[in-house]
Amino acid sequence: MLSPYRALDLTDEKGFLCGRVLADLGADVIKIEPPRGEPSRNIGPFYHNIPHPEKSLYWFAYNSGKRGTTLNIETSDGREIFKKLIGTADFVIESFAPGYLESLGLGYSTLCAINPRIILTSITPFGQSGPYRDYRTSDLVSMSLGGYVYLTGEHDQPPVRVGFPQAYLHGGLAGAAGAMIAHYHRQLTGEGQWVDVSIQEACAWIPLDSYNFWEISQLLEERHGAVRVRPETGARLRRVWKCKDGYVNFELYGGALARAFTIPLVAWMTEEWMAPDFLRQIDWAAFDYSTATKEEVDRIAEVVSRFFLTHTKAELWEGGIKRRCVVYPVASPKEVVNNVQLNARDYWVKIEHPELGDTITYPGPWIRPSESSLRQQQRAPLIGEHNVEVFAEIGLSKTEINMLKQAGVI
Amino acid sequence: MKGSAQALEGIKVADFSWIIAGPLTGEFLGDFGAEVIRIESYTNPDNLRSISPMKGGISGINRSATFARYNCSKYGISLNLKHPKGLEVAKRLVAWADIVLENFTPGVMERLGLGYEELKKVKPDIIMLSLPLLGHSGPLANHPGLGVQLSDLIGFGNITGWPDREPSTLPGAYTDLISPYCAISALMAALDYRRRTSKGQYIELSQFEAGIHFLAPVILDWLVNGREPVRKGNQCDYAAPHGVYRCRGHERWCAITVFTDEEWESLCHVLGNPALAKPAFKTLMGRIENATEIDRLVEEWTANHSAEEVMMKLQEAGVPAGVVLNGRDLFENPQLSARGFYKELTHLEIGPHHYPSPPFKLPKTPGEPRMAAPCLGQHNEYVCRQILGMSDEEFVQLLNEGVFE
Repeated sequence: MLSPYRALDLTDEKGFLCGRVLADLGADVIKIEPPRGEPSRNIGPFYHNIPHPEKSLYWFAYNSGKRGTTLNIETSDGREIFKKLIGTADFVIESFAPGYLESLGLGYSTLCAINPRIILTSITPFGQSGPYRDYRTSDLVSMSLGGYVYLTGEHDQPPVRVGFPQAYLHGGLAGAAGAMIAHYHRQLTGEGQWVDVSIQEACAWIPLDSYNFWEISQLLEERHGAVRVRPETGARLRRVWKCKDGYVNFELYGGALARAFTIPLVAWMTEEWMAPDFLRQIDWAAFDYSTATKEEVDRIAEVVSRFFLTHTKAELWEGGIKRRCVVYPVASPKEVVNNVQLNARDYWVKIEHPELGDTITYPGPWIRPSESSLRQQQRAPLIGEHNVEVFAEIGLSKTEINMLKQAGVI
Repeated sequence: MKGSAQALEGIKVADFSWIIAGPLTGEFLGDFGAEVIRIESYTNPDNLRSISPMKGGISGINRSATFARYNCSKYGISLNLKHPKGLEVAKRLVAWADIVLENFTPGVMERLGLGYEELKKVKPDIIMLSLPLLGHSGPLANHPGLGVQLSDLIGFGNITGWPDREPSTLPGAYTDLISPYCAISALMAALDYRRRTSKGQYIELSQFEAGIHFLAPVILDWLVNGREPVRKGNQCDYAAPHGVYRCRGHERWCAITVFTDEEWESLCHVLGNPALAKPAFKTLMGRIENATEIDRLVEEWTANHSAEEVMMKLQEAGVPAGVVLNGRDLFENPQLSARGFYKELTHLEIGPHHYPSPPFKLPKTPGEPRMAAPCLGQHNEYVCRQILGMSDEEFVQLLNEGVFE
């Protein structure tokens, strides 16, 4: 859908996803890395555990579909080449510290003077303004300042982050949405603009309603991971249950949700002679946790937990599907890869890596638009892989490219 | 809802979606100037309308601030879609709209007579976006579930928490915060495509399929290297100290992460504890090896300072650090406040309260919460009379026939 458009992508891991989404939608996304390669190529894990900038699986995952060039924009020649590329581009995406591009004479006003249609998307930890503007960050710091870490983990342990870095993915994806809204406006009016994305703000959207609880009820929402403790009664409500070979996610809902949770589960336990009388007599549609006592909830949990322990994850997931009962596995990567739904929908895509002599299976489309299958993915670019074709397009000869390579410009 | 320059001015959205992923997509569109009509019904109101916090602790269909925060910048109408005339009004809204949003269980829109093929008859270039949990096709298309369970199906729970404890399921509906950005990117591309080709389209976004990308390297690591991920709390393989440290007060914590020698030296300088000056701690290898002891020494210091002090002192010295913000802290955070993140609007029943702004600023066409979330059916008359151009008589007749129930 975006095949007429070009994006220059100068981001490190803070902004990878923005360009990735534009590339998936069909845009020509050109990565511009420093001459020896973007340092984020050193983020693991690595292909066959070999630490090498051309073997980062993190890089592979979030830069596929993009072309790759190298350019040292800190040199005068590099800046001139970059300015020429600006004339050919519709989007620029960057995640440098606020003020860095400006200090090179490549701030928004310069880019806009060259190409008033350009949309510059800056993805930074705290945005381009405010008292934290120049603060440093990391995944853990951003997720903490977004309010999600406080809520994650067990009530008797310190707060914990999601086990794989998430903050920059939220920032990058928010950047794509912002850039695309600006794009819609630009295509109607010819007016580009500078999109300012704050990773902290993207993270502050993740907690469901913690600020809300404070504002409306002056209550602080607390952590509850595998077990949630009801503040009124002290009852412990389990959400993660041990089964034969791992864990499953299940909630003992009362009320309207019981129809897809507790009611079919109790019926299932009855089929297997594992539902004691007291459990079968509970009216789940009317069951209310704000009044159920701790002892009552413990008694229910005990028999339910015994039931789960007699089954494997796969039995519970498949049996739940048959009975329209919401028991979901706490899945491992293997179980995700083998998921019947994903395979029936032909989700996974194989991408060739000729230089590795291998084909790697990747997660498939984010979205499925009827008017264009998302573009057939290309593997992520090698360092400077498309230098010659991209720079030739703006009029650099092979001799000049050679010269600039030796001078450390590209 | 008037403004001078709005990016999406003139774009019209019929929002049939519910819970979070769909409504939040509509909300962001409304924030940037699209005219969004949220369609609900009294017989089947959004589950979110029954979720706390409720204003004054009193339950009521219009009192949930959680529903409100995902539905500002929209008009709201109540429409009985099972009533033939309700369906007719819905189709008139589709004829008016550029975009239709929905995320019911697959098959529901078709059964109501509002499937894509039907909508195309009403409006040939309509752009319809569905956000099903597991996908519109496939053996599990109709299997129920919520974002809470989906995050475990993708594998987030498996890797989150402590090595010696069970997995910590993620709080809230994590994947619901991933889908809206993908949806908006695709919708904008579809609008641009329609402008160039006059073609509308149907866009399917399986929240399962989109969410997996947030763990893609973990999945690749399994596929390529056969590595099973493990839970490791806040630990990072190539940094120490790297964690969340207890500060002065009840449940006060600050995250501190040290990646480089330079950051380590700055940290030592701020803490001023000679015990940290050990040669063994000078190298990253040494710090990783002695992480437990370093954590203890760092916490000895943080425990005597407020979390805010810890963050500020370390940030001033160039060490990445951040208070582990709770709900109140978020609401009062100086950085979020300086950028006007939470905006106050007056809701008909909740009264004045705050709505978060989109995490991206477009200075030439600013987007922000522009109108408090609607009460159920609040704009029935406005939408029918002003937008659909019904006569008074027609509106009153529909009202009497129970079309808005």
